[in-house]
Amino acid sequence: MLSEKTVAAISTPSGEGGIGVIRISGKDAIIIAEKVFKSASGSPLTTLSGYSAVFGYVYDKEELIDEAVATVFLEPKSYTGENVCEISCHGGRYVTSAVLRAVLSAGAEMAAPGEFTKRAFLNGKLDLIKAEGVMGLISAKSKEELRAQLSLKRGKVSEEIEKIEAALLELSADFAAYSDYPDEDLPELSQDNFSRLISLAEDGLYKLLISFDSGKILKEGVSVAIVGKPNVGKSTLMNMLSRENRSIVTNIAGTTRDVIENEVNFAGLNLILADTAGIRQTSDAVEGVGVELARERLNSAQLVLAVFDCSEELDNNDKEILSLLQKDNTIIVLNKTDKERRLTEDLFGGFNTVFISAKNSEGEEELKTAIRQITTADSIDPAAALLLSERQHDLVSKAYNAVKEAKNMLLGGFTIDAVEVCVEEALTVLYTLSGKRVTNEVADEVFRRFCVGK
Amino acid sequence: MNYFAGNFDVAVIGAGHAGIEAALAAARLNQKTVMFCINLDSVGNMPCNPSIGGTAKGHLVREIDALGGEMGVAADKTTLQSRMLNLGKGPAVHSLRAQIDRKAYTALMKHTVELQENLILKQAEVTELLNCEDGWHCITKLGAEFVCKTVILATGTFLGGKIFVGEVNYSSGPDGMFSAEGLTDSLIKLGIPLRRFKTGTPARVLKSSINFDVLEVQEGDERIIPFSYKTEKSPQNTVVCHISYTNDDTKQVILDNIHRSPLYSGVIEGVGPRYCPSIEDKIMRFADKKRHQLFIEPCGADTEEMYLQGMSSSLPEEVQIQIYHSIKGLENVQIMRNAYAIEYDCIDPVCLSASLEFKEHSGLFGAGQFNGSSGYEEAAAQGLVAGINAARKNLGLEPLVLSRSSSYIGTLIDDLVTKGCADPYRMMTSRSEYRLLLRQDNADERLMPIGFEIGLIDEDTYNKFQNRKTDKENEIERVRKLTLSPNEALNKKLEELGTTPLSTGIKMAELIKRPEVSYFDLAEFDASRPELPFETAMKVETEIKYEGYIARQKSQVEDMLKLENRRLPLDVDYTEVEGLRLEAREKLNRVRPENIGQASRISGVSPSDISVLSIWAQKRRMEKNS
Repeated sequence: MLSEKTVAAISTPSGEGGIGVIRISGKDAIIIAEKVFKSASGSPLTTLSGYSAVFGYVYDKEELIDEAVATVFLEPKSYTGENVCEISCHGGRYVTSAVLRAVLSAGAEMAAPGEFTKRAFLNGKLDLIKAEGVMGLISAKSKEELRAQLSLKRGKVSEEIEKIEAALLELSADFAAYSDYPDEDLPELSQDNFSRLISLAEDGLYKLLISFDSGKILKEGVSVAIVGKPNVGKSTLMNMLSRENRSIVTNIAGTTRDVIENEVNFAGLNLILADTAGIRQTSDAVEGVGVELARERLNSAQLVLAVFDCSEELDNNDKEILSLLQKDNTIIVLNKTDKERRLTEDLFGGFNTVFISAKNSEGEEELKTAIRQITTADSIDPAAALLLSERQHDLVSKAYNAVKEAKNMLLGGFTIDAVEVCVEEALTVLYTLSGKRVTNEVADEVFRRFCVGK
Repeated sequence: MNYFAGNFDVAVIGAGHAGIEAALAAARLNQKTVMFCINLDSVGNMPCNPSIGGTAKGHLVREIDALGGEMGVAADKTTLQSRMLNLGKGPAVHSLRAQIDRKAYTALMKHTVELQENLILKQAEVTELLNCEDGWHCITKLGAEFVCKTVILATGTFLGGKIFVGEVNYSSGPDGMFSAEGLTDSLIKLGIPLRRFKTGTPARVLKSSINFDVLEVQEGDERIIPFSYKTEKSPQNTVVCHISYTNDDTKQVILDNIHRSPLYSGVIEGVGPRYCPSIEDKIMRFADKKRHQLFIEPCGADTEEMYLQGMSSSLPEEVQIQIYHSIKGLENVQIMRNAYAIEYDCIDPVCLSASLEFKEHSGLFGAGQFNGSSGYEEAAAQGLVAGINAARKNLGLEPLVLSRSSSYIGTLIDDLVTKGCADPYRMMTSRSEYRLLLRQDNADERLMPIGFEIGLIDEDTYNKFQNRKTDKENEIERVRKLTLSPNEALNKKLEELGTTPLSTGIKMAELIKRPEVSYFDLAEFDASRPELPFETAMKVETEIKYEGYIARQKSQVEDMLKLENRRLPLDVDYTEVEGLRLEAREKLNRVRPENIGQASRISGVSPSDISVLSIWAQKRRMEKNS
């Protein structure tokens, strides 16, 4: 898996900061950046000349992640000497990783340690003395990575990956034996066995991806948007959540104008709460901006707490909010049980609903349970998830996509020589994680399992 | 007393499948060439299976042909039966395999060699090889001293050959030929470390003693595709093969006598090929397998000898008789030649560069089993490359190095010189990461331009190739542009094929991309379709249907080529490169890769080592320039 692909990484130090920079470098850097970044002016990044910067928005497919400034450098006039696009977004781990993930899924690969500097040197942008430093950096970083790999080895992740590797290897060896030894008296290839192996790999990889998200949840917390029309008790809910444990880590006001952020510990999780402006139709320009931001938060948050006043019938405002919600990341919080109830959960068919009285701090336990369920916090195995890096996530998701494609091809009746392209791609990616080589492995597996040869 | 026997540009030691291709290529490139052979009746001999091709090996033969080699031409002229293997498993793994008339092949090859201008065939055993100021001296057992600019070692199983049959063993080459005894010491004196590999062959039995009535028949293909692009008249099937199986009795005979096998008693030190196990090896290693298949194949049109594919053995002759007699159809079989194992000297190929020249010995090349490979086709492929490169060295030209993405030949050589081999190396389709690109059908497109440029492909052959290619490209273009409108007949056909009927017009190419639909299925709805040869039509079908996957592999190739283009110096001590891990330093010192891409394929060299290496190499280049 060594290649001269376009690579990307977060180039600012991790942790909180005003601005985070995601650097993309390589032949397709600008094209990839254009896939995730839409300039406010509407002119594509690919039309810009070098050294120019534009304001715009970062999307992961349809979903808006952040507003940002993109700076374009054209080869050879850039740090690395290649085409480079730097996306400067809001700082902090969430936004920066979300932007990076979007860039990776748009076709970039995660940069290896020291990669940008290495490329800069190879393209003649750095002098000899610096080269020594880069080599030191790479070998030091690779030792770190090795240590991380070693500790991973003891953990569940590598056990899981090995299981997946074994399934794919078996599949690949079946294909190889079948194609390389057509005249042998081998058992017929069974479709059932293929389906079993490929599902095993697919499920395994999917679980790893999920655990990555879960791991992030444990490490970095869950972004929560509290939404609802004005005066349903959003702020009271925020206070209830905050009061439950006084470990308020940050209280950043104004970073995103009138969204208030609080990081609290609730239900055993770090919740990064964003209390948003009430969503309603408004003619007030300033309030309109707030409402727009609330909608964005609603779209980008991992968890949405949608607050309704259960002592009043649903009005058009409520109904509009309801239409914006997704079942898999929303908890309907029916507040004001201290008053007469006029709403039942039937009105929210399919949604998780919890009745509370934020004012009296009633319904806290039910809310905790609901939050842990919906964030899958209960099923997180911290040992399994903690060491997965963004780079590993990139590789695992590549393997997952390749396996999915292989499965579809098998089901679609494609010949195995083409299916194998995808299976081997997945294997190559996984072996990149563990440092093995595919072709040798497959040949060895064939000889181990089959009696072939005349 | 030695005598001076002449000056030559190229000497080839050994006239098996590697030696022949090497000598023919060198002579055709205007090199004054001499080829030595212990016995001139064994030129191009097939001491094992009477067949050429097979999975991945068939690819090799077509590639040899596209580069201007001889094997495919000779095979087509002596084919007894031909089959395209793996039909239905996808074009990447289609492979040609042909039963060959063994004696006819040998005679034809010998005659081709004899008729070749610039080439002298000499029955002699080279017993000494000296590196002198005026060139390499090849000295024969009888004292003839040939002075040569370059030498190609293609000694096969002859070098230090030793045959094992049960408790009996003796020095010998294959098929009752003498072994080559003196050269080993001479090579060791040059500082070339040798090791022992072994291989084996089954018995040849008398046709009239086989009961064919109880055996399964295996027929050849109705439509035969020849190996060679130059062959205009397709070979015909004139024989059939038969299939039988071992049983519990066979297993019992082997278990009762396994202690008499030189492999199990430890007398054989050589490493045998994993993919070509003896019958006793199969029984022992796969104890729960109920039966093992064997093929009964004719050795030629004018002989009654039959070859028992899959039944090689080094057990004593009387045990062999019991084993064969236990098998259905062979109850009364008469053994004409017994099965045996043969052990021989070979090198660890990491001491060769990708041109197949020894890194430490300028002008000395290795090819075939001597390099640790196995199989006629693997040998011929290396022989061709070694012959071309010996000639090019003499002519002061850059060596021909085929990339992994260009061919199975390139993959084979890269595997050998980069990874080495722990047991005799056989080509398999699973060894290539670019299978969809390296199809047997497009060997001409991949390699014929190279063969033409080198000078081994003549103008006429090259023009015909270019016409084929143009026809194919025009047809693909036409099929891409042609829109098919929905109509009753077409939709009926699509439903029959098990795919969704059309509601709107669709480009024909898009329809062919559906797995259920082929280019051929749509002929009746395509009035303007030109008459194309079957092979060209197949290429059209393949290139359209697999377009997406082919493009994907092509982009992987581009990435790899960038790494291949970053050259590494050969005169370097990697233990002194800071930042490399210890294991990587050792491995790099052993293989001494020619470029970063090759370095990345050495097991034990990690991606971060490659990063360090590329920076180090660039730094060194800058220091040299300043």
